[in-house]
Amino acid sequence: MYKILKAKMLAENIYLMDVEARRVADSCLPGQFVIVKIDEKGERIPLTICDYNRETGTVTIVFQTVGASTKRMAMLKEGDSFRDFVGPLGQPSELCSQPVDELKKKKILFVAGGVGTAPVYPQVKWLKENGVDADVIVGSKTQSLLILEKEMEAVAGNLYVTTDDGSYKRKGMVTEVIKDLVQVQGNKYDLCIAIGPMIMMKFVCLLTKELSLPTVVSLNPIMVDGTGMCGACRVLVDGQVKFACVDGPEFDGHKVDFDLAMKRQQLYKTEEGRAYLKAQEGDTHNGGCGNCN
Amino acid sequence: METDVLKKVPVREQDPKVRAHNFDEVCLGYNEEEAKCEASRCLTCKNARCIQGCPVSIDIPAFVEKVKTGEFEEAIRIINKASSLPAVCGRVCPQEKQCESMCIRGIKGEAVSIGKLERFVADWARENGIKPTAPAGKKDKKVAVIGSGPAGLTCAGELAKMGYDVTIFEALHEPGGVLVYGIPEFRLPKQNVVFPEIENVKALGVKIETNVIIGKSTTIDELMETEGFDAVFIGSGAGLPKFMGIPGESANGVFSANEYLTRSNLMKAFDDSYDTPIRPGKKVAVIGAGNVAMDAARTALRLGADVTVVYRRSEKELSARQEEIHHAKEEGIKFNLLTNPTEILVDENGWVKGMKCIRMELGEPDESGRRSPIPIEGSEFETEFDTVIMALGTSPNPLISSTTKGLEVNKRKCIVAEEEFGRTSKEGVFAGGDAVTGAATVILAMGAGKAAAKGIDEYLKA
Repeated sequence: MYKILKAKMLAENIYLMDVEARRVADSCLPGQFVIVKIDEKGERIPLTICDYNRETGTVTIVFQTVGASTKRMAMLKEGDSFRDFVGPLGQPSELCSQPVDELKKKKILFVAGGVGTAPVYPQVKWLKENGVDADVIVGSKTQSLLILEKEMEAVAGNLYVTTDDGSYKRKGMVTEVIKDLVQVQGNKYDLCIAIGPMIMMKFVCLLTKELSLPTVVSLNPIMVDGTGMCGACRVLVDGQVKFACVDGPEFDGHKVDFDLAMKRQQLYKTEEGRAYLKAQEGDTHNGGCGNCN
Repeated sequence: METDVLKKVPVREQDPKVRAHNFDEVCLGYNEEEAKCEASRCLTCKNARCIQGCPVSIDIPAFVEKVKTGEFEEAIRIINKASSLPAVCGRVCPQEKQCESMCIRGIKGEAVSIGKLERFVADWARENGIKPTAPAGKKDKKVAVIGSGPAGLTCAGELAKMGYDVTIFEALHEPGGVLVYGIPEFRLPKQNVVFPEIENVKALGVKIETNVIIGKSTTIDELMETEGFDAVFIGSGAGLPKFMGIPGESANGVFSANEYLTRSNLMKAFDDSYDTPIRPGKKVAVIGAGNVAMDAARTALRLGADVTVVYRRSEKELSARQEEIHHAKEEGIKFNLLTNPTEILVDENGWVKGMKCIRMELGEPDESGRRSPIPIEGSEFETEFDTVIMALGTSPNPLISSTTKGLEVNKRKCIVAEEEFGRTSKEGVFAGGDAVTGAATVILAMGAGKAAAKGIDEYLKA
C-alpha cells in the first residue's frame, strides 16, 4: 500500500496528491511517469510525475477526473492509500542527460496547457535547481481551472499566463502567446517543450514548425502495463511505430502523427470521458469514436 | 467403474454451448473414483520413461501408485519434491508432447492421463488444506528473483526449500506473470488455482514485492551492490508483442493479444464490477495459431463475439495444443487457414472495418521445419471485421538487459544463459524461461527455474 500524505483539490476536477513511494522517489527524473491503481478493481492509470522528494520518499501526482477510477481517486483523503503505485516509467526528459553548461547556453520555452502544467513543473524546477532560467507559458480554459501558478512562478524565468476566455491575465490560446513572444517581442528560443491536451500540442507544433523552433511533446496515450507489454500506447513518430511507455513519453513534436494519436485516445472513452474530451478539444473535436459528433 | 485399459478414463468437461458464454473452467477434472481408475492403468515401469519426458522430473510412477491406493497426501508430497506448481502444470503442460508421449501404455492404446492425475492430486491437496512447510535450516544468503511467472516462482520455491532468503520482484500489481495476465480463467482459474499455488510458494518463506520494475524502479546492479543480494535469477519472460507491420495496424480495434488478454485476465474486464474497459468486438479476427491465439479467440467468443482465427499455414502446422484447438472448434471458433492479412481496412474515423487477406499455399520446409507459406498471386479478398487481435508471438523485454552491466544478450534480445545451470555472462546472475528462450511453455520455464536454483546453490556454496 502506498500512503497519501497530502491530498488537495487544485481546481474543479483537478487533484494533487503526495504519495509515499520510496522506490519511485529514489529513482525518478523529470519527464517520467507512474501508474497508480486505487484498489483491486480500479484501472491502471498512467500519470506524469509532478514532483518528487528523495528525502521524504514521496512522489507528487496531479490528475483530472475523467473516468470511473479517477473519480474514485478524487475521494481519497490524507492517510488513505493507493493499492498500487509503480514507476518510474518511460524515459526521463532529454534535458536531464544534457551537460548543464550546454543547457545554460540555451533559451528554453515551456508551453503548458491545463493539467499538463503539472508535468511541466518538475522540468522547470529541475532547470532552476541547475541554474537555468526557462520561460513558461501556462494556458488554461478559465481562471478557476488554472493550477500551480504560484509554484511555477517560483521556478520560471518569465511566466506568461493566458486564459481562453480572458478571465485572468492574457486572453487567448497559448499559440498566440508564442507568436507574440517570438514574432512581436523578438525572443529567440532554441527549444520548446509543450505538454498539454493533444490538440494543444498539435497546434503548438504546427506553429513552431513554421518558426523552425524544435519542439518536444509528452504523450499520455492509453496503456495498460507501462512496460512495453500491451502495445496499446503505440504512436506513429516519423512514420515509425513507437510505444509511448518505453520509447517516450517525450517525442519530437514535429514528427508525431497527432491526428492518429487523437483517434487512438477515443478507444475506451466512457460517456463522461468523451464529453470531457469534446469540451477540451472544442471545435476541433474529431469524434473518433464514431459515437459523438 | 468399468474401463477399457487401452483408453483414458474420460474427463468431464463443461458443455461447449454453455461454456462459450462463461469464464468458468472448461475441464472439470477427475473425481476420486475416476482418478484411482485412471491411475490403475499405469504399468509402474521400472525404467520409467515418463520421468525423462518431464522437464522437472516428477517421480510419476511413484505418485500415480499413491493415487491408485488412495494415499493422496503421499502423492502430493512426491510431486512437491519436484514441482512447486502442480495444479497449474496439470492444466497447462503439453503432456501429450512430454510425459504422456513417453508412456508405454501409449504404444498400444492411449497413454495414462498423467496431467489430469497431477491436477487431481494438486486440487485434492488444496481442498484438504495441505501446504508445503518452510524448511527448518536457514542459510545466510539473499537471492533476488525477477519476475513471478512460472520460472521465477519455481526458482524461488526451490531456493527457499534449500533455506535461502528469497525475494521475488514483480513489475505488475499481481504476482503470477503469464499465469495471471496471459492464460485465461477458463483454462486456469486464478482465485482457486493460481493464487493458492503462489501462497504455497510464500509458505516456503519466499517474499514477493509487487510494483517493482527492474531496470526502472531499481537495477540488478543496485540490488547486488546496495540491497545485499548475493545472487539474482532473471525470469522476466517474453512480454513484448509483435505486430505485422502492415497498413492500418494502428487503427482503433487492432490489439495485441497481450493487451486483449491482460485486460480480460489480469484486469478482469469481463467482470462488470471492475473499472477496466474492453472492446470485445462483434466480428473478431485473431491472427496466429499458437496457444495465445486460441486463448484470445476463446476469450473474445466468451465476450460475445463471432471469432475467426486467421493463419497463413494449414491445419497441420497449427502450433497450439491439440486440446485447445479441439476446444476452440467445439465452442464455435472458425478457422480461416492458408490465409494471410495484407492490410487492415480502416473507416474514416480511424476504426477497423475489415481486413484484406491473400490466400497462401505451402512450399518447401523452412528453417523451422514447417512448410513455408507462399502467397497465391491475385487471390486477395476482403472480409468485414471490427476487431483484429494480433497473436504473432512475443519477445523478451530489453528493459533488464539494457540496464544491467555485463549481461550478454543474443540478436533476438534473449539473455544468453547456460542451459544446465542458468549461468549468464555476469557473475552471480542467472536466468531462465522465456527471457532466455523466447516465448515457450510454462513447464519449460519451470524446468529452467529449477536448473538455475541448482546453479545458484552451487555458486553460493562455493
